[in-house]
Amino acid sequence: MSEALHVHSGVEVGHDVHHDDHHGHHHQSFISKYVFSMDHKTIGKQFLITGIVWAIIGGLFSVLFRLQLGFPGQSFPILETFFGHWAKGGTIHPEFYYALVTMHGTVLVFFVLTAGLSGTFANILIPLQIGARDMASPFLNMLSYWFFFMASIVMLSSLFIQTGPASGGWTMYPPLSALHDASLGSKAGADMWLISMALFIVSSLLGGLNYISTILNMRTKGMSMTRLPLPIWAMFFTAVLGVLSFPVLLSGAILLLFDRNLGTSFYLSDIVVAGNILPNEGGSAILFQHLFWFLGHPEVYIILLPAMGMVSEILSVNSRKPIFGYMAMLGSLFAIAILAFLVWAHHMFVTGLNPFLGSVFVLLTLLIAVPSAIKVFNWLTTLWRGNIRFTPATLFAIGFVSLFISGGLTGIFLGNSTIDIHLHDTMFVVAHFHIVMGVASFFGMFAGVYHWYPKMFGRYLNSTLGYIHFWVTICGAYLIFWPMHYEGLAGMPRRYLDKSIWQAFNQFADLDKMITIVSIVVFAVQLMFVFNFFYSIFKGRKVTSTNPWGANTLEWTTPINPGHGNWTGEIPEVHRWPYDYGKDGREFIPQTEPISASESKH
Amino acid sequence: MQTFFIVAILALGFLVTFQIAKASEYVAVIRGADKARKQTNKINGFLLLVFLILGMIGVYYCNERLAGKILPFGSAASDHGLLIDRMLKITIIITGIVFFITQVLLFWYCFKYQESEKRKAFYFPHNNKLEIIWTVIPAIALTVLVGFGIIYWFRITGDAPKDASVVEVTGSQFKWEFRYPGDDKILGKKYFKNYNAVNNPLGQLWDDPANRDDVYVTGEPMHLVVNKPVKLVIGAKDVIHDVGLSHFRMKMDAVPGTPTTMWFTPTKTSRQMKEETGNPDFVYEISCDQMCGQGHWSMRGEIIVETQEEFDVWMAKKKSMYYTSFPELDPSNKKAPAIADSSAAKPVAMLQAGK
Ligand code: HEM
Ligand SMILES: [Cu+2]
Ligand SMILES: [Cu+2]
Repeated sequence: MSEALHVHSGVEVGHDVHHDDHHGHHHQSFISKYVFSMDHKTIGKQFLITGIVWAIIGGLFSVLFRLQLGFPGQSFPILETFFGHWAKGGTIHPEFYYALVTMHGTVLVFFVLTAGLSGTFANILIPLQIGARDMASPFLNMLSYWFFFMASIVMLSSLFIQTGPASGGWTMYPPLSALHDASLGSKAGADMWLISMALFIVSSLLGGLNYISTILNMRTKGMSMTRLPLPIWAMFFTAVLGVLSFPVLLSGAILLLFDRNLGTSFYLSDIVVAGNILPNEGGSAILFQHLFWFLGHPEVYIILLPAMGMVSEILSVNSRKPIFGYMAMLGSLFAIAILAFLVWAHHMFVTGLNPFLGSVFVLLTLLIAVPSAIKVFNWLTTLWRGNIRFTPATLFAIGFVSLFISGGLTGIFLGNSTIDIHLHDTMFVVAHFHIVMGVASFFGMFAGVYHWYPKMFGRYLNSTLGYIHFWVTICGAYLIFWPMHYEGLAGMPRRYLDKSIWQAFNQFADLDKMITIVSIVVFAVQLMFVFNFFYSIFKGRKVTSTNPWGANTLEWTTPINPGHGNWTGEIPEVHRWPYDYGKDGREFIPQTEPISASESKH
Repeated sequence: MQTFFIVAILALGFLVTFQIAKASEYVAVIRGADKARKQTNKINGFLLLVFLILGMIGVYYCNERLAGKILPFGSAASDHGLLIDRMLKITIIITGIVFFITQVLLFWYCFKYQESEKRKAFYFPHNNKLEIIWTVIPAIALTVLVGFGIIYWFRITGDAPKDASVVEVTGSQFKWEFRYPGDDKILGKKYFKNYNAVNNPLGQLWDDPANRDDVYVTGEPMHLVVNKPVKLVIGAKDVIHDVGLSHFRMKMDAVPGTPTTMWFTPTKTSRQMKEETGNPDFVYEISCDQMCGQGHWSMRGEIIVETQEEFDVWMAKKKSMYYTSFPELDPSNKKAPAIADSSAAKPVAMLQAGK
């Protein structure tokens, strides 16, 4: 039936009729099917592929600036060939370095790990796992992608303008980002950054509202909220976090646009830049940081929660055991979502924040470690006495747990304001958030891709390449980021492109070299994954059963290549929670199976 | 040429890997997918255990290699730094234990409970007692950490002692400037619109008498007196900077328009540090820790910690900014009058400065 893509049949959104195994669409042109599609699965793939493209670009940026860090002063003529005056003589110009760092951070945090991760899996999984034909509003859903696309275009164009893209760091603190004279990147590049972010925020609001209303309103019969698979709960909290916090960033960005272009003084006061005395008085540079981190901290959980949800699902399916403590998992997701709004100032302990306020934020920040710990213990117990199948997805999920432990524990250092005085804005912070957010979320994303690839494309990814991908990436991630903590403990500030003039920080040259080499290897292996991804869409081994992993959730009750509308017949009814693995001696019991009289209770 | 070789090698390696991967997929199909899967399962289970062991050795090795490169905990050069070192130690011990236990369990369980025909997964959806235990234990551990943390935090951020000396630090792209309050121990007022690159780099208000004796220092190290509390008054002219003092374990942002303060007591002179570190060229460094533009990485300052006598000798050689800018008013240039009358010659800057 997989060859039947172009055969006529009668399935439309909202129609429950179907004729036979063949399903496809009436007179769908290429444009409406693959470009301006309103099918949540296609939109999900669009998010994923755009995210992959951005990940390659953002990853390449990091390889470039790692070259500078590992081999400061050394000339790479090839750089001049590609980047002209930004890399005169083959060495990276400081403005170029900071532009690369800024774009790397922005692209990976927002475009890859927000849009590419939750955009992809919220779209693909929500309707399939709750038993809906599509999103509440397929049209807004499509718009969500296209706003993201526009944001991408604006950001991408900013790379090519004369003065270069924004270069004030992904956090874009004013006054640096507000003053045209403060750096090259604060000229047109900063405006484009802000416009791109505004478009991006529109995209994520449209997406988020859609995810929330779909989850609340469109569950199939019997799918009560406590029967939802954990990825759905995670996407739900993610969407709530986004809807409540992104508007705050939008306001911060708009005020910054005003300060930049209309002469307002929201963030500016008492400034003499490049010898010019500016008229602005009365603004507060710190205000922007509050607005930024009021989004920024929830944002890191927006990135992490979907990964947590998918990891929970994948660990349970592949250890053939129920997720341990479903309600505790829910409770901790909920606690994290609430607390995520109450800790933002832990990024600002040394800005001159009132010490008492600081101590309140210490308390709330360390409080968030409790639900995080609960999740870890529950994952461990899920593995305990399981019967674990190490698919590539499982391995990435296990890697996720390991990284989340490591990075969560360093969060406890930073959340303690006393220690943060020493560690703030050092390489320790870079190590912390790359492990816990960057790499861990990537692992969650990879786990999701390997696990649901058969659902997305009707084929498998090559698993040998998958295993190589996993092993090189996890070893590489630890080799890169573990020793980086020591640089931070020595006080080495982040965003230093050459440490040779610093007595306290120039002793890590060998380490920086090692890190650079490993990161090039890891980057190459990611390219291999990308190759595997695209190759397997066309040539991968075909999926032959609807439920290749023996999983309970609804997406595996759809045809191998589901058409628009997902189920050919009626949407199945749900009778139980999604984690009946290994119950009463049965390997798995799908959610669609009614509870039998003889079944034991849990 | 070199780049070409690297690319060629990468491409080749990739090609080989890909062929092997494809072949193994075919082999799996021929030999029976299930059997092949079980075999890779064993390999990966074993590798997870290897990863745990090598990882733990790696953690140890990394510490051996790198711990010597950081100023050892407990040897911070300020009183507050010692508190921070102690907090770090407590945290490393607690988190280290948790790290060790959880990582070992994670990889050990993966190895031990890998798929096997002999075992059935244990249906174990929840257990209230366990869940309460592992909510309470982290909560207690964190309470300990928060408790110490907040006590130290208030000690460090509390008011500076009355007898603390005061130094003003101003950051701008990409340099540090210092101002000492002089004999009156009061920093004179300033207003940014009075800035003048030549004779008033900090925008001091000349009609504030407290400014007369304020000493401006730039392009040379800041001097501090050992065992004497010092309060830094921190500001910036253009963008946000940050005064980072890694040896003292202190740090505070320099924000234009919003002055901040930080105080501590340096406990070791530069000379002592030279001996202690065995480095005859040792200097205390001021690093800019907040991204501030293209020269951020090179925004370096130095500090010399010395005895009161040495400090006095150094300070005696300094002239106040006021008299540097208006040498004709300097009593040491003229015989009389001894003290400049502010109405005698009104500096230009004052006319603009209404405040
Ligand atoms: C146990 C929980 C955690 C605690 C206590 C914690 C604490 C902190 C603190 C205090 C900072 C600020 C450090 C500084 O700038 O001086 C920080 C930075 C950061 N954390 Fe965490 N964190 C935790 C978990 C996470 C998680 C789960 C994520 C992401 C998924 C995350 C992502 C980040 C990011 C991105 C930054 C750096 C942002 C930047 O300055 O560029 N953290 N963390
Ligand atoms: Cu945070
Ligand atoms: Cu600076």
